[in-house]
Amino acid sequence: MTTARGVGTTDSPVIAQLSEMARRIRVEIIRTVNHAQVGHIGGPLSAADILAALYFRVLRIRPDEPDWPDRDRFILSKGHSSLVQYAAMALRGYLPVDELRTFDSLGSRLQGHPDMRLLPGIDMSTGSLGMGLSAGLGMALGARFAQRDVRTFVLLGDGECQEGQVWEAAFVAARYGVDNLIAIVDHNKLQQYGWPGETSDVRLPPEEPGELVAKWRAFGWRVLETDGHDMAAVVASLEAAVDRTTRPTVVVAHTVKGRGVSFMEGDYRWHSKPIKPEEFAAAMGELGEAGA
Amino acid sequence: MSLPMGRAMREVFGETVAQLADDDPRIVMLDGDLGSSTKADIFEHAHRDRFLQMGIAEQNMIGVAAGLATMGLIPFISTFVSFAVVRPLDQVRVLIAQTGLNVKLTAGYAGLFTGMAGKTHQIVDDISIMRAMPGMVTVSPADDVEAAQVIRWAAGYDGPVYVRIVRDATQRLFDDAYAFRVGAAVEVRRGGDLTLIGTGAQTPRLVDAADLLAADGIDAAVLHLPTLKPLDAAAIVAAADRTGRLVSVEEHTVIGGLGGAVAEVLAEQRPTPLRRIGLQDTYTVSAPNDVLLDLYGLSAAKVADQVRAMQWADS
Repeated sequence: MTTARGVGTTDSPVIAQLSEMARRIRVEIIRTVNHAQVGHIGGPLSAADILAALYFRVLRIRPDEPDWPDRDRFILSKGHSSLVQYAAMALRGYLPVDELRTFDSLGSRLQGHPDMRLLPGIDMSTGSLGMGLSAGLGMALGARFAQRDVRTFVLLGDGECQEGQVWEAAFVAARYGVDNLIAIVDHNKLQQYGWPGETSDVRLPPEEPGELVAKWRAFGWRVLETDGHDMAAVVASLEAAVDRTTRPTVVVAHTVKGRGVSFMEGDYRWHSKPIKPEEFAAAMGELGEAGA
Repeated sequence: MSLPMGRAMREVFGETVAQLADDDPRIVMLDGDLGSSTKADIFEHAHRDRFLQMGIAEQNMIGVAAGLATMGLIPFISTFVSFAVVRPLDQVRVLIAQTGLNVKLTAGYAGLFTGMAGKTHQIVDDISIMRAMPGMVTVSPADDVEAAQVIRWAAGYDGPVYVRIVRDATQRLFDDAYAFRVGAAVEVRRGGDLTLIGTGAQTPRLVDAADLLAADGIDAAVLHLPTLKPLDAAAIVAAADRTGRLVSVEEHTVIGGLGGAVAEVLAEQRPTPLRRIGLQDTYTVSAPNDVLLDLYGLSAAKVADQVRAMQWADS
C-alpha cells in the first residue's frame, strides 16, 4: 500500500476535508437513487473516496470554465457509476446540487451514463464498458501533440477489465510511453452477477489477490496499489501517479462495493436497485444524515 | 465504349491526406497495421511525427481517435472496412457517432475487391450499417477524382464522416472540373426510359451498361449518389418523375444499402417502380474481380442483361 506523502496523516485538515466530501458524495448518491428509484449504487459508493480526491484535490480544473483547454481530463470509463461523478461535480460547483434529482428524467443533463454533449465538464461520453482508457490514451497523445501539460485520468471498474479493449489500450499506451495517462481501477471485486455461492456455481470466480496488479505490470505499466477508502493513501497514490516516469501508471484501488452503508457493503445485489423507505432512512443514518 | 481506368482510390487517399496535413497541423493518421495496404503509408512517409501506429487493435484505435479529436486534432482512421465498421461497431457508435466528434473513418477495401480475400474481408453491408447510425455522414465516391474531393471535404467538415474507399483502380467517371458536394446526387447521363442509380465504383459500370442498353434502343439515365447520408431525396424523386422506372445497382447488399435508401424515398414521396440489383442476402466468395462482377450481376454486361429482362408492372 502507498503511504501518505505531503498531505499528512488521516488526521490532517486536508484529509479530513476530503473525507467529508466523500461522505457528502455518498449522501447525494443515496438521495438521488432514492428519489429516482433507479440507478447504480454499489459501484458509485465504492468509488466515492477516489472521486472526492480527484475533484477536490488532484485534478487541475475550473468548474466555472469547464472547457478550459489546459484542464486535466477525467473519464469515468465505468459509466454506469455516473452518480458518483454527478455528485462530485455538483459538490464541486459544476451544477446545482438540486439538479442531481433530475437524474434519468426527461430533459435532464444527467443521463444514465455520462454524456459529454449534455453536461459541460464531462470529458468523454461513456457507458459501453471498456472504452474509456482508449479515449484517455487519445487525450494523452493529443496533449503531447499540443505540447500541453495536461494529465488524463481514467477510472475503470475491475469487472470492466474483462473487456479486451482495455488491454488493447494498455498495450498501446505502454508502447507509446504515455506518461501523462493515469488509470485507476476501482477494485471492488464484485460485478452485477456476483460471485459463486449464492445460487449458482457457474459465475466468474473473483480474481486472486494480486492478479490484477500482475496483469497491468505484464502490460508494461507502473502499478501503484492503495486502500481505496483510506483518503490519505488515495491522495498519496494519485499524487505519486502523476510523477512523470516515461510510462503510464495505474492505481489499483482496493475498495468495497457499497462502501459506507453496512447492509450494502459487499453485497452484489446492491449493484443497482431501488431503495425502500426504511433502507433509505437507515443508509442516511449511517452516513450521518439522519432525518435528511 | 468503356470508361477509362483511373488510379486506385487508396493511393489518392494516402496522398490527399498527406497533402492536407502539409497545411494543417491538426491532421493525424491512425493505422491498424495495414498502412502498406490502405496506403496510409504515403502519409507516414510525409508526416512520420503525426502517424500513429495503433497495431492490430481496432477498438482501441477508434477510442484513441475520439480522444485526439477532443484535443482539437483531426484524426483520420485507416484500416479495412471490416475492421473500421463491423469489428469496432460499438466503439464507432458510442465514441464517435454519439459524441459527434471530429473523426474521419476513411476505410479501405470496400466492396468485393479485397485482393481475393473472401467473405471475411468483403464487407457488403457497411452502407446499411453506417447510414443507420445517427449522425454519421456516409460517402461512397465513384473514382479517384471524387475520392480526393471527398477527403478534402471531410477534412474541413466538423463531425464524424465515413468514407468508403476501394482497393483497386476504378474506372474514371469524373474529370478535374468535377466538384463534389456532400448530400448532392450527380446526373451522370440523361435518358428517358429509366434511371440507373449507382454509388461508389459501381456508377462507372452503369455508364457502360447504359451504352450497351442504348445499342438496344433503351435510353437509360445514370444518377450517381456519392452521399448515402444525407441522401439527395429530391434527385431521386426527380429521376422518378423524369423516367418513371428506377434501377438501383450496388456492389453491396440490396438490404438497407443504396437500394434500400432509394426505396424508402420512393415509397414515402413518389411511389415508382424500382428494381434493386446487388448482393441478394448472400455472403461472397474469393475469385478474380471480373469473375465476381459477373457472378453477382454487377458487370456492365450483366447489368444490361438484367435490365433488358425486367418485367415492369406498368408496361
